[in-house]
Amino acid sequence: MSSDVRSLPFSECPLPATHVEEIRLGHGSGGKLTAQLIERMFLPAFRNPALEALDDQAIVAVNGSRLAFTTDSYVITPIFFPGGDIGELAVNGTINDLAVGGARPLCLSLALILEEGLPLADLERVIHSAQRAAERAGVQIVTGDTKVVGRGSGDKIFINTSGIGIVPPGIDLSSRHVRPGDAIVLSGTIGDHGVAILSTREGIAFEGELHSDTAALHELAACALAGCPGTHAMRDPTRGGLAATLVEVATRQRVGIEVDERAIPVRDTVRGACELLGLDPLLVANEGKLVAFVPADHAERTVASMRAHPLGRLASCIGRVTADHPGIVVLRTPIGGDRVLDLPFAEALPRIC
Amino acid sequence: MCLGIPGEITAVREDDGLRVGRVRFAGISRDVCLDYVPDAAVGDYVIVHVGFAISRIDREEAERSYRILEQLGQTAELTADRDEPEPSP
Amino acid sequence: MKYLDEYRDGTVAAALVERIAAAATRPWVLMEVCGGQTHSIVRYGLDRMIPPTVELVHGPGCPVCVTPLEMIDRAHAIASRPEVIFTSFGDMLRVPGSRGDLLGLKSRGADVRVVYSPLDALRIARANPTRQVVFFGIGFETTAPANAMAVHQAKRLGLTNFSMLVSHVLVPPAIAAILGAPGNRVQAFLGPGHVCAVMGLREYEALSASYRVPIVITGFEPIDLLEGILMAVTQLEHGQATVENQYVRAVSPDGNRVARDLVFEVFEVVDRKWRGVGSIPQSGYKLRDAYREHDAEQRFEVGAIATQESPACISGLILRGMKKPGDCPAFGRECSPQHPLGATMVSAEGACAAYYQYGRYREAAAVETP
Repeated sequence: MSSDVRSLPFSECPLPATHVEEIRLGHGSGGKLTAQLIERMFLPAFRNPALEALDDQAIVAVNGSRLAFTTDSYVITPIFFPGGDIGELAVNGTINDLAVGGARPLCLSLALILEEGLPLADLERVIHSAQRAAERAGVQIVTGDTKVVGRGSGDKIFINTSGIGIVPPGIDLSSRHVRPGDAIVLSGTIGDHGVAILSTREGIAFEGELHSDTAALHELAACALAGCPGTHAMRDPTRGGLAATLVEVATRQRVGIEVDERAIPVRDTVRGACELLGLDPLLVANEGKLVAFVPADHAERTVASMRAHPLGRLASCIGRVTADHPGIVVLRTPIGGDRVLDLPFAEALPRIC
Repeated sequence: MCLGIPGEITAVREDDGLRVGRVRFAGISRDVCLDYVPDAAVGDYVIVHVGFAISRIDREEAERSYRILEQLGQTAELTADRDEPEPSP
Repeated sequence: MKYLDEYRDGTVAAALVERIAAAATRPWVLMEVCGGQTHSIVRYGLDRMIPPTVELVHGPGCPVCVTPLEMIDRAHAIASRPEVIFTSFGDMLRVPGSRGDLLGLKSRGADVRVVYSPLDALRIARANPTRQVVFFGIGFETTAPANAMAVHQAKRLGLTNFSMLVSHVLVPPAIAAILGAPGNRVQAFLGPGHVCAVMGLREYEALSASYRVPIVITGFEPIDLLEGILMAVTQLEHGQATVENQYVRAVSPDGNRVARDLVFEVFEVVDRKWRGVGSIPQSGYKLRDAYREHDAEQRFEVGAIATQESPACISGLILRGMKKPGDCPAFGRECSPQHPLGATMVSAEGACAAYYQYGRYREAAAVETP
């Protein structure tokens, strides 16, 4: 850059800086705004080691056993979507947060906030979905709560599920065990959930498969662990997409990550929808996928174990952890160039989970 | 903002006085206004921008120009480990 | 996906990069005009694949970036009215006006909706006959046919509750302004592929002849851009200055006459102010008198707009290719997508946003400012 360019005076810019003084939709997106809220408000308020690990679940020692404890709220709209509904999502999502902690899910709570005017038939449908999902996963919903708010003060139905699981001795899948040299294994296609929701909202018709991938992953996680007992860490990428998970791990654990875009499986229909809407599948929400960080020489075995399970048929090794560029995720693009993968500022798709 | 992507017309109909096509993009489809490409028919590819087809893809031109690029790629592969200058396409 | 995947082929890309390296015997400065092209360049790291002798500077081809502050403020004033459903492309929602942005208005109760197409806004108007539906009609010539059709349909269908807030801008006057400015470094242009699919090549031929610059009309995929760069560099090396068409599969010399006919029926050319650049004569569209009933500027009296100017943002220089995002001391520090100081950081296609999204701010942080 030549010095004469630098010496030119700045143009006056008519835009002031904006500072956010109220909650925006972006705060719920799982991207940078969410991270800011956590760092600046929640962590300082609730300081304790279990929370500060900031994994998908908290591990709490109780009388010599380790319990995994997690909570999640579901505010997705529409409540019925291709591939599932809010009831199924609420059960699977919380089971998954337990599963990636290596826990065997035990039981869930189910709290409902219902909007006045919600048809009972809709509620029944959601409840039956939740029950079926819990049954499939071998988990019981043991306690709950119901509140109703006036018309206009909610949006049909909000659900909170909390879950408890037991972590077998010797298993510790916290992200702090990720280290340079680890291989990164992804269980299947990305972007399915977010695109299914958005397509429903946008009225995009589809041929072939375009539905949410919502699924309980505890068995798949167990398969992967059986194949590779030395697994260092597991995460389930949800809102913010695979990118959010990788960036979080890289940033918090101060490691570099390199992934090859060509190795990341994406369904054709999801690709088409993303191209049309200008979305990057890496930033789009998932609800039925795992990411495992395993020692490099265990990668193939982990892939094979996942592929042996119906939910992991398209599992692949997508990259590795490195000591280079700590805190930064580098993506090799299909044409051979490189780019940095960063957290989305605010999810393009609000209320995706 | 100039996001325009290519899709294939799979059906055409009239809707409120507008010519509307069902356009497919790798397995998903969306309605697209075809009023600006009156010559485009089922099987043609169009460039779609904010719900409108703004141009019909010229297949022959696309093929012709891509052949040159392909040859460039193949030649580069062949000469990758040699020091000889590339033959012209 | 056909006509997309093959233009992302790594082998062809590598071959083109080699050709560019072989062709460029001295430094050249090229400008790509369209924000979509900028985005693609940064997303695929193309500017780092080509030899350092070929420098790419980013142009003002981001209509979100160049929408004047007065227009943004006007949009906000209209969106704040209780009877209005304000519809817009997603990009405009986070552009800060003098006091906040559309998303902020939405969180305070304004009915602001994102649409993919202006026809969606028409649909909303039909479904809500008691509300005033306003569509924020920004864009370059690429989007003008879509906006023209929406207004034309509204008039035809007698949709009295639909109006458009028009802020269209045109590319050729912007190129002329860049070339005519003192200190201009740009020696060749990668022309806007989709704009030309509509408008054809004629205006660019005139520019190329007047200013004696090569203009290569280029597509948006990595292979398109690399091929366009090769063609431009080849012209420069041979002292040529003509218009060439790289994007032959979508652009014909005459463009899309049917589209242009409707655009000129609905819109007329006017002077427009470009944010960060100033007023450029005959550089925008406004609705013709025959369509004034659907002109939101006429329909909504929003009073005097007092804009709030603020320093420190160099969007203007970036839009003219005179600086890069990394040159700005605020880039990645005071200015980020969370706290944008200027439009080039807010829009998904702005150069600063593209650089930031693809992590370039990390490099900026590492560079010592002299």
